[in-house]
Amino acid sequence: MSDLLRLATAGSVDDGKSTLVGRLLYDTKSVLADTLDAVHRASADRGLSTPDLSLLVDGLRSEREQGITIDVAYRYFATDKRSFVLADTPGHVQYTRNTVTGASTAQLAILLVDARKGVIEQTRRHAAVLALLGVPRLVLAVNKIDLVDFDETTFARISKEFTAHATALGYSPDAVVHIPVSALAGDNVVEHSTNTPWYSGPTLLEHLESVPVEADPHDGEFRFPVQYVIRPRTPEHLDYRGYAGLVASGTVKVGDEVVVLPAGLRSTVEKIDTFDGPLAEAAAGQSVTLLLADDLDVSRGDLIAAAGTPPQVTDEFDATLCWLSEKPLTPGARVLVKHGARTVQAIVTELRARFDEQRLASVDSPTSLGLNEIGRVAIRTAEPLPVDGYYSSRRTGAFLVIDAADGGTLAAGLVGAGLPVLDGVDSCTEGGNTAPVADDHALVSPGP
Amino acid sequence: MNDDLLAGSSVSTAPTPHTTLDRLESEAIHIFREVAGEFDRPVILFSGGKDSTLLVHLAIKAFWPAPVPFPLLHVDTGHNFDEVIEFRDQVVAQHGLRLEVAKVQDWIDDGRLQERPDGTRNPLQTVPLLDSITSHRYDAVFGGGRRDEERARAKERIFSLRNSFGQWEPRRQRPELWNLYNGRHRAGEHVRVFPLSNWTELDVWNYIDREGIELPSIYYSHQRDVYLRDGMWLTEGPWGGPRPEETVLTKTIRYRTVGDGSCTGAVESEASDIREVIAEVAASRLTERGATRADDRLSEAAMEDRKREGYF
Repeated sequence: MSDLLRLATAGSVDDGKSTLVGRLLYDTKSVLADTLDAVHRASADRGLSTPDLSLLVDGLRSEREQGITIDVAYRYFATDKRSFVLADTPGHVQYTRNTVTGASTAQLAILLVDARKGVIEQTRRHAAVLALLGVPRLVLAVNKIDLVDFDETTFARISKEFTAHATALGYSPDAVVHIPVSALAGDNVVEHSTNTPWYSGPTLLEHLESVPVEADPHDGEFRFPVQYVIRPRTPEHLDYRGYAGLVASGTVKVGDEVVVLPAGLRSTVEKIDTFDGPLAEAAAGQSVTLLLADDLDVSRGDLIAAAGTPPQVTDEFDATLCWLSEKPLTPGARVLVKHGARTVQAIVTELRARFDEQRLASVDSPTSLGLNEIGRVAIRTAEPLPVDGYYSSRRTGAFLVIDAADGGTLAAGLVGAGLPVLDGVDSCTEGGNTAPVADDHALVSPGP
Repeated sequence: MNDDLLAGSSVSTAPTPHTTLDRLESEAIHIFREVAGEFDRPVILFSGGKDSTLLVHLAIKAFWPAPVPFPLLHVDTGHNFDEVIEFRDQVVAQHGLRLEVAKVQDWIDDGRLQERPDGTRNPLQTVPLLDSITSHRYDAVFGGGRRDEERARAKERIFSLRNSFGQWEPRRQRPELWNLYNGRHRAGEHVRVFPLSNWTELDVWNYIDREGIELPSIYYSHQRDVYLRDGMWLTEGPWGGPRPEETVLTKTIRYRTVGDGSCTGAVESEASDIREVIAEVAASRLTERGATRADDRLSEAAMEDRKREGYF
């Protein structure tokens, strides 16, 4: 069976993202006849002579009326080689939060630029967000290449400029692939174009089918947030007490020594259970039920981790927030933090820096953080949390900031992540500084 | 431990499976457990159709060896296929589940709803659904909706907040980050939860095959008296039809979706077992809803409009 690639698209308004996604669906024959008929009819109603493929993805009434994508749309297509889950994210500036959403689960992102405009500020900003969220691989799709007469020099210039930018963000050269495409006409999307004889690389789809997938982080340290305690209390399973969850990173085997956090209690894994029978081993991405050798008090919200390499348990840490709400953040704000399966009260004690999207630089000690702004903050939580640095564990280094009053999601939080400051190479956001920063007087327990 | 419905799921010790289906299964189980951990009164919408049968199967797997900690709810249009209702009751009995039924007919009888001139009852399900959610104080409602079904559904979240009128407000959806779901809601609001969001129709069939999940017989080809209306093969029933000008023919058909009989069309098919159905779905040039649901043909934004009103 083919494996699964989760990808996201990003780009500015009018770069042709919806058209590109429509083209991928259309050319992989993922669009069925009745859907296509509807697009043909709607295109004709709008007086167009060729079908507008963006209508395949712009699903909401107001999107079709305004001709823009408002919300993240998820699309599914498959070839003989792979299945794809694609998050199509809007480029309109007030909807940047959707890029954060799409990027949070993506293993690869397609960044579109208009060949006539090249790398613009929004391209740089989107790339910074993708790097911040740890998307491992990028594709730069230089779209509308037909509108610059398939000019190789233009493509080379844009590629060079973007490479410099991506390198500054911490991407290695082999993590970024540049492809000249025309989403409208189909050049190099699925079929090789005869209009770009100077381009010998893969088409977009060929690349998506063959790019190595960093799936779940199997090689990371074992982390297992406990979601639910399974206690059947039936005659058959009188003493059964299983801890249900999804392995967030690493692997676990029967007999492994583990520690339950934040309490710091130790035990060994006695059984890894599933409906289909017990397993000898479970890896990141698998939903299982763990049974421990000792009778401990473990409940939802606890984290079971490798005993030898536990995360830091702290009630004070630094984090980067992508602020997604219209209510601005000010120092001293009281919020809720959802980390793994635990939700705790928290205070944002300090705004340390804000990423200035206009100047692509950072500003120290800002007075507030507004919608779509990214900032580095200090957080204090009411109870200690077992946290990893975001870049060492994308799952246990991530958290939500929630509005205690109305329950809305205020921000995406990344433990310890660096700001995407673009005026220095040392600001790279991949594989860089990974340890959460804790204050001296923070609660820290337990040692290895 | 496994009974007939789940026969075929044998004990295995396969270490790192991670096929697409394994990932989808683990994701759905994770979603079920999050809801069990965070909500007081969840319920699974269960009609006996393939997607909701799959939901129940996944819920059983998520909490095994403990029983499923939620009841089921069926909004019954009264226009059902007998085979499906029989199957629904059989699944409930087999697994010792609790089923609530909200009958559209009861709402019509006491005047809270009016029959539509076209006889279609699918849009009428919304009011009984919302009334049931209110009277039982359900705070999380699992549905089998998939994002590949329809354009408006493609924009749906896995946890979808509904206001106290049950309405979906697409512009006020919460961002959904990583696999951290935010299920917080105020009194009177509830959350619709879609564990199958990332599954495609073909994934559903492949999984049903892999797990040996039993389905109502009408999903497989059989002979039935049908008549053609609006390009779809409809069958005789309490929903009216055929009209005098409509000719009844005996055809070999099967159903790709199962809903209200007045608007669920059959497709001509020789696919009599699951392998043949999979081959047929893989080769199909029509979407599941486009082929079989008259209600989605009402307008370009038919589904979006119904979702805004509180439909699934």
